[in-house]
Amino acid sequence: MSEILGTGGLILNEPLLWHKGKKGRIGMSIPASDVPAAPIDRHLLGEAVDFPDLSEVDVVRHYTRLSQWNFGVDSGMYPLGSCTMKYNPKTNERQAATPAIASAHPMLADDLCQGTLQLLYELQQFLATITGLDAVSLQPAAGAHGELTGMLIFHAWHRSRGSQRHKILIPDTAHGTNPASAALCGFKAVPVKSDEQGMLDPALVASLMDEDTAGIMLTNPNTLGLFEERIREIAAVVHAKGGLVYGDGANMNAVLGVIDVKHCGIDVLHLNLHKTFSTPHGGGGPGAGPVCVTRELEPFLPVPRAIKVGDRYRLDSDQPLSIGRIHAFHGNFGVLVRAYSYILTMGEAGLKKASQLAVLNANYIKEQLKDVLHLPYDRPCMHECVFSDHKQQEYKISTVDMAKRLIDYGYHPPTIYFPLVVHGAMMIEPTETECKDDIDQFIATLKIITKEAVEQPELLRQAPQRTKVRRLDEVQAARCPCLIGPSGD
Amino acid sequence: MRYLPHTPEEIAAMLATIGAPNLDGLFDTVPTDCRMTGSWSLPAPKNEWELNEHMRALASAMQTNNRTKVLVGAGSYQHHIPETVRNLASRSEFLTAYTPYQPEMAQGTLQGIFEYQTLTARLLGVDVVNASMYDGASALAEALLMGLRIAKKHKRVAVSKAIHPHYRAVVRAYLQPAGFEVVELEFLASGRTDLSGLADLDDLAAVALQSPNFFGVIEDLEGSGTAIHGVGALFVTCFTEPLAYGLLRNPGSCGADIVCGEGQSFGIAPSFGGPGLGMFGCKEPFTRNLPGRLVGETKDLEGRRGYVLTLATREQHIRREKATSNICSNQGICALTAAMYLASLGGTGIRQLARLNHDKTQYLLNSLVKAGARRLFGGPVFNEFVVEFPADFRPARERLLAENIVAGLDLGALYPELADCYLFCVTEMISKQTMDTIAAEVGA
Repeated sequence: MSEILGTGGLILNEPLLWHKGKKGRIGMSIPASDVPAAPIDRHLLGEAVDFPDLSEVDVVRHYTRLSQWNFGVDSGMYPLGSCTMKYNPKTNERQAATPAIASAHPMLADDLCQGTLQLLYELQQFLATITGLDAVSLQPAAGAHGELTGMLIFHAWHRSRGSQRHKILIPDTAHGTNPASAALCGFKAVPVKSDEQGMLDPALVASLMDEDTAGIMLTNPNTLGLFEERIREIAAVVHAKGGLVYGDGANMNAVLGVIDVKHCGIDVLHLNLHKTFSTPHGGGGPGAGPVCVTRELEPFLPVPRAIKVGDRYRLDSDQPLSIGRIHAFHGNFGVLVRAYSYILTMGEAGLKKASQLAVLNANYIKEQLKDVLHLPYDRPCMHECVFSDHKQQEYKISTVDMAKRLIDYGYHPPTIYFPLVVHGAMMIEPTETECKDDIDQFIATLKIITKEAVEQPELLRQAPQRTKVRRLDEVQAARCPCLIGPSGD
Repeated sequence: MRYLPHTPEEIAAMLATIGAPNLDGLFDTVPTDCRMTGSWSLPAPKNEWELNEHMRALASAMQTNNRTKVLVGAGSYQHHIPETVRNLASRSEFLTAYTPYQPEMAQGTLQGIFEYQTLTARLLGVDVVNASMYDGASALAEALLMGLRIAKKHKRVAVSKAIHPHYRAVVRAYLQPAGFEVVELEFLASGRTDLSGLADLDDLAAVALQSPNFFGVIEDLEGSGTAIHGVGALFVTCFTEPLAYGLLRNPGSCGADIVCGEGQSFGIAPSFGGPGLGMFGCKEPFTRNLPGRLVGETKDLEGRRGYVLTLATREQHIRREKATSNICSNQGICALTAAMYLASLGGTGIRQLARLNHDKTQYLLNSLVKAGARRLFGGPVFNEFVVEFPADFRPARERLLAENIVAGLDLGALYPELADCYLFCVTEMISKQTMDTIAAEVGA
């Protein structure tokens, strides 16, 4: 193995913002007033806001130093399972910053906004053709927001048929947000256990599905990184009892051009544009979670949506069955611009190749590591593979220790302790943008770590040691929460 | 394809390791009847030059651009964004990271969000602020759901009709399917909310006002809070223009229990309405009822100051269906951007900038009134106001548009009773000269 990535680095300390600066400094230009001062009722006036006064240099140094304590996809491999941390193309940032687009106001007449409306309309069309579904809303601001939208559509569809259902089936291999999203609509989550192959059994679904159950919310490929092979049978069972099928499409990066979502029997699907369509994750957002539906469910989609009339684009809100609005405007439009740019750049062949290579990388890692890490479901995976710490337990090393040791070697750890169906899970999603050399080095590193687990386990328990801070006391943070800095400090 | 690094030789070697005959063979577990058949209707792939050209064409289809003087707010504000904020927020260490699940590798994001929480708490006068919500509208819906959770048995909330109409629509979409009732409160001739009927509404968990409200009118928050608490309901306030609190009394000091709204004004481009920033805070007794992520301070093994995501037991991935919300990804980089902007302004600067917005707005309001317009609401305003014109304003508005000025928003579509009334917004971006041009058109 070549030289390891992680080093001590030159990491500078930096205080909290309010421990910097001097009263009277300012870090930005404010134009001089060209109008007379206007009186204001003193009862309305507040006290001066307790913010530090900083110069431009203070601000620049502060955030530059903070940024150096962070690790992003641009820093290195970030195989965080289920999160699809692929490369975020720079050109997409430029497109979103196009002046006439970045400055577009969301409340103006359609005639003034033909460019942004055209983009919305075309992206709706692109996502429909890519998934095989018929109609798309771009409003949801994140995956969980898309799930909520989907559940609102379930609710409205049942109501339009004069029924109200109270339960929803959610497999143990679905995404963690699903039960909370369903609960927001008043649905009670009924868990469905996956079998020893990590698959859902249509017979079990049939035994749980009844006329008080609105449908099923499943993730495909599921959170074990496996394709639900009997999805069509499951969908048929749910449909036969008057239910709907929700597909959590967070893992769509595995199957672009491979599956037709409608052929799978799915009625509603959300996509995570920040995963499959390469938009930057921003340290926790913004994302975008468009919802795609069948023709039958189109009337229930949020309003407004962009439509084309002749050669003009406009917003249509005239949909009496619609669930209404779920965002103040058009969702995270800037994220939509980036995803649109990505689709235009990749084209059909590029997107399909991306899925193939994502699955190639994950299977390659799975094959190379299954001798040193326990692989609970040994079968072909999709875009991610899930190991456990079973083999390391006899050395009293757990998943978290291996994850923290990876940090010292210069990698972001995989997703750990999820999915819950695997004890001590380690979920690795390399994505297609990692090359073979880097993946080989990652594999070699994990092999070294499993060796260290036997020979020098303390190295793992003490990891990470090369970072700005070492392991943090999360128990103390939750027991005595300190959520804001003290005032007057 | 420049984002895909694999050479044919590497693919062959990797397939051999896996034991798959070819790339298609990796998908053998996908049943034939689930497969995509036929091809997609997508344009041919564009190289970087072609993409730039395509986006230039879309941009030129816009009738507004970054030189347009937009005197419309209504939830999205044209403020100056310093180059430092743009530059720092685009640092890829921040931008290409994800939710800080591994705090040792994400102290930049975590300290940055902790600082955002702190600055926002100071601005709004609350004890706790979360790491962000999607936008102002969903933040208001979540605030009311939080109020319903706290009040437990009550099933009804009241919202002012002077709250942004889109926000009220989002509230209805979120609350009604779960069986909650949303009552709307009328506004008075002052433009403020009429709370006189509150006592007749039973079963109220929470009452929400916006201040400055959709008409730009500053609500009597303190008096409203007393009235709302008087009927035993929680007092929720929202905002679309938080810059106002650089000058005005903040909601926390007026007794608000939950405060939320849109933070796009703080260094974030309008971008056709998103991404923005859902700001969300509350008084301390309600901390564990908060939706969304929270960053807390703690110490590492060696006693050094550090930050982690905390109180996760409220959240969807731990509490599943009993979580306080389903939100996980939020508007991370937007919250960090807002903190950068507020740090650049400072306590002195935010006062000065808010004052400038206020003074310029008064100037335009006075000029329009002098030119013959009628001020519709008597209540005090910050940087938006509503006027009615003696004659049809549309021709003048068209002429101004030809001069690259968007003069106000016709309220008829949003409030049929306010047809032919216009909502104007003035920020520091609008010069006296532009305002004089508008007044001259009105007087013409």
